[in-house]
Amino acid sequence: MKPLDPRLVRTADAVRAHLAVSVLSGVAVTGLILAQAWLLAHVISQAFAGAGFDALGWAVASVAGIALARALLSYLAEASALHSAARTKSILRRRLIGRVTGDGTVWTAGRGADGDAPRAGELVTLATRGLDALDDYFARYLPQLVLAAIVPVAVLVVVFWADWISGIVILVTVPLIPVFMALIGMHTQSRTERQWRLLSRLGGHFLDVVEGLPTLAVFRRAKAQAALIRQVGEEHRKATMGTLRVAFLSAFALELLATLAVALVAVEVGLRLLGGYMDYQTALLVLILAPEAYLPLREVGARFHASMEGVAAADQVFAELERPRSGSGDAPAPSGGRAPAASGDLRLSGVALTYPGRDLPALSGVDLTVRAGERVLLTGPSGSGKTTLLSLLLRMNTPDAGRIEVRAPGGDWAPLESVPADDWRLGVAWVPQHPYLFDVSVADNIRLGAPDASLERVREAARLAEADGFVSALPEGYDTRLGERGARLSAGQRQRIALARAFCRDAPLVLLDEPTAHLDPENAAAVRTAVDRLLQGRTAVIVAHDTGWAEAVLGARVVGLPLPGREGALNR
Amino acid sequence: MSTTETPRTEACAADTAPVPEAERRRDPLRRMTALARPRAGRFALGVLLGAAATGAGVALLGVAAWMLATAASHPAITALGISVVATRALGVGRGVARYLERLVTHDAAFRTLAEVRVRVYRRLAATEPFGRFRSGDLVSRLVNDTEATLDLLVRGLTPPLVSLVTGGATVLVVTAVYAPGGALLAGGLLLAGLAVPWAAAALGRAPGRRQAVARGRLSTALVDTLHGAPDLIAYGAMDRQAARVYEADEELTRMARRDAAVLGLGAGATALITGLSVWGALFLGVLAVEGGSLDAVSLAVLVLVTLAAFEIVAPLPAVAAKLGAIRESGARLFGVLDTPAATAPAGRTGLDPHGDPSLRVRGLRVRYAEDGPWALDGVDLDVPAGETVAVVGPSGAGKSTLASVLLRFRDPDAGRVELGGADITAHPADEVRAVVSGVPQDPHVFASSLRENLRLARPEADEDDLWEALRRARLADEVEAMPEGLDTRVGTHGLGLSGGMVQRLALARALLAAPRVLVLDEPTAHLDPDTRDAVVADLLAAAEDYSTLLITHDLTGLDRVDRIVVVRDGRVVQTGTHAELLAAEGWYRDVHPDLA
Repeated sequence: MKPLDPRLVRTADAVRAHLAVSVLSGVAVTGLILAQAWLLAHVISQAFAGAGFDALGWAVASVAGIALARALLSYLAEASALHSAARTKSILRRRLIGRVTGDGTVWTAGRGADGDAPRAGELVTLATRGLDALDDYFARYLPQLVLAAIVPVAVLVVVFWADWISGIVILVTVPLIPVFMALIGMHTQSRTERQWRLLSRLGGHFLDVVEGLPTLAVFRRAKAQAALIRQVGEEHRKATMGTLRVAFLSAFALELLATLAVALVAVEVGLRLLGGYMDYQTALLVLILAPEAYLPLREVGARFHASMEGVAAADQVFAELERPRSGSGDAPAPSGGRAPAASGDLRLSGVALTYPGRDLPALSGVDLTVRAGERVLLTGPSGSGKTTLLSLLLRMNTPDAGRIEVRAPGGDWAPLESVPADDWRLGVAWVPQHPYLFDVSVADNIRLGAPDASLERVREAARLAEADGFVSALPEGYDTRLGERGARLSAGQRQRIALARAFCRDAPLVLLDEPTAHLDPENAAAVRTAVDRLLQGRTAVIVAHDTGWAEAVLGARVVGLPLPGREGALNR
Repeated sequence: MSTTETPRTEACAADTAPVPEAERRRDPLRRMTALARPRAGRFALGVLLGAAATGAGVALLGVAAWMLATAASHPAITALGISVVATRALGVGRGVARYLERLVTHDAAFRTLAEVRVRVYRRLAATEPFGRFRSGDLVSRLVNDTEATLDLLVRGLTPPLVSLVTGGATVLVVTAVYAPGGALLAGGLLLAGLAVPWAAAALGRAPGRRQAVARGRLSTALVDTLHGAPDLIAYGAMDRQAARVYEADEELTRMARRDAAVLGLGAGATALITGLSVWGALFLGVLAVEGGSLDAVSLAVLVLVTLAAFEIVAPLPAVAAKLGAIRESGARLFGVLDTPAATAPAGRTGLDPHGDPSLRVRGLRVRYAEDGPWALDGVDLDVPAGETVAVVGPSGAGKSTLASVLLRFRDPDAGRVELGGADITAHPADEVRAVVSGVPQDPHVFASSLRENLRLARPEADEDDLWEALRRARLADEVEAMPEGLDTRVGTHGLGLSGGMVQRLALARALLAAPRVLVLDEPTAHLDPDTRDAVVADLLAAAEDYSTLLITHDLTGLDRVDRIVVVRDGRVVQTGTHAELLAAEGWYRDVHPDLA
């Protein structure tokens, strides 16, 4: 991982501004360090030589001035760093959000379609807490990195000018520090990687056992596991300590070199001072400056790991931004009105789709015609692509092969792609297996597909969806916020809100995906009543398990989808 | 191993004993620190080594200053001998001591962590697992909270103690050189090491809370956007949702930028105190030298030690910023460690594992809080030997509470549960579970091989037993088809197995345990309908030889059970066979899918 990612620098003016501020304040701090060292050496040596306060007063006062200036500088640097960090985080976050909301296709991570993609949960953490690690990187690490580049050089120049022998000691030892750290770091990394599997297995053991505690208890293994936890903890400690013994070596080398070099300088300067080859003030100046040459390097080393979390987070953001995605391509621009085709006929011929990264097709060779006003029930074993077929009709995916065509009443067959996706969807209402409810009011959830709908229309939709009863019973009725993922409601209630959405959308084509699959019997009954109502006068494609109900009550035509790769769809 | 058996049993009793009220009210940080008491010696050694390392850095500059000042008056070379040796020794000693300190404290902290894990686990094992384990997030948070002990001991506890020891020693030495200088340094160190970190942490708390709220809002909006993307796209609402996220981001950023002005104060204050202390030492020193109360050699020592001494308190602001989060972790951790056991210790032993396997429940009442509503309110139920009884009802009816009592995860508040005539609450949990076992809700698949996951139920089972259990759970063919067979590793959370396979594996495990009574708690939850029907059919076929209690919210396939008990609001409202219940008025007929 690079200490300074060029992509991060390119991202924003905020980063470049921050770098400029860091360099400026770094130069100023360096100047103040040198000035303070010279003043201290001057005052101490002059006092030693017998000068009184009258002669030294200006120098002592200057030290106070330097203290004030350094304090002000470090306050401004920190505040401006946090300020820049906030702006950079916002820019990265916005690009990430634009990326996942932008192109109208469903973000596929977490569905196993793409092994490299982070899951939704990880992405949320990345956009919030993950990026917050950049605070440390900006405020603590980058300025220190700048200092580590400026201060040793400046100190070296001054020390060389004052005393070239000490200069050589520092010149030889300072570059050794990064070299040693890199060498040890490389060794540690290869060793850590070898141990990583072991460590993560041991580390995950406790979580695994705690999560499985009820299962262990049922089989009377709960007590025996305590001994195992102790044993695994002991193994974990030994393995970790093995890694740490090596990992701490880099800090050891750094500290040893830095301190030993200062000690060498001190002794060598002291002996020459004793021999009269050097004056006291120069000797003091060298002694005060010598540790300053190593301090920024040590600080950079100490802050490296904590700050790299921020860089790693930024890195993940860039990886996500650069990950190729199957966009909708050159789709026609939406007109903002409902496509007339949605109220007409629909024809699939030879439609096939294989998800990226999968070996087996999700759909292959599907032929199906749905006439306006018809209800089609899709059945088939799991894996036969029923839900995938609905996603094609929703335009969330496009087929790899075959054609989907639509015909507006009285019109001609036209490829579905010729209709702008947004216009098409305006004519489609969708009730999925697990509808997602948002942390806004019930009313806003229901008017998701019709933002301008009046409260009366929302109420009417809820009534038709058998939802008005329980919504009215909520503490604030239709204004009640539903909490994260609609946590206030049961699965059956969520399903009825989704049906209300569909009523509110008032679209001619309805797509239903297992509307009763995960419901308890009471809720399933209510949902069936509402579905029956919703389908009046509409075209519908339904995926449902209880075919008896769909055939008998809804009068649907049953179409069996075979497992893909076997044969074409059989119309019955 | 066997020699340590006795103390472990005692420790186990102590781990699950009730925690006194006074202990519970103590600061979680202090209670966490107390967890390290068995390792106090190692931590003390770590602190001493740390103090030696930090002290060496300060002493190096002090000794070097003395050496230079002495050398400046050109004495004989022997006068410098000791200081030359000392300077070199300090130069080497500091790195070595720091390295050892880190090893010693980490080792001690990892040892403590291993013990804390065992304590947490034992306490969890004694309390009712079901309520707590609904959410996987809660479990992983608890595990993280346990790990916070490590953070406290290594990063929260050792640095302040090291600063205290080194700072105290440095102040003493400087006081010996020049008393006012010592007082000045003490004041400066206290301000920079205690007051500034404390004030910075206090100042940061309000912005931290504000930003946490804003971050939470952003995170909710983002979760909604990602998980709700299909719904948003289908209903053309993605643009509006994206605007909501941008708005939340803007608010958070505005807040963070405003708070930056406050959060920078800590860094400025530390720099100010350091610089002014050096200035003060110089000021006092020069005046004292002029006034004759300080010799000129000591002036160099005074100023340079003051300059170096602030390194002692440098790590403390980071510690103060961390302690708040560690305290919260500690509070949650002790929330678990203070939970009383859910079952009273049972005295009677000798439940006959081969006795009459019939269950008889009479007047069973359970509630989760004093003066809370009854989860089970006087339930009567019989499972005669060898019969299969299904308990059905809407969610929240108390079905899983019944399983919890039967599997001895908790004691009933009233009523009796008899197994072959013996009251199960009088017997230890593991004795009951030798007879009553089954599939708990959301059975866990351990990150291990299929073989290990099965043998959990019966460690002495041989290859034939495992395959027999798999066959009866209708999993044998699929396992045979796997290239590694029983040695196939199933990843974390059983990833790599489908939902149906997980339930079948759990069933095979239950059959392998060979209990007399099977309790199956929602074995078809989270399964898609095709798989669900197949699993129910296989379950009921495998359960033929057992007294079986099937708890389910799903009414399909129940024509194959001997009796159905309908539970609503904690009471039994209907009992009968599938045919009888369909013929009678009531909940069962109202909601059964075949009649809708």
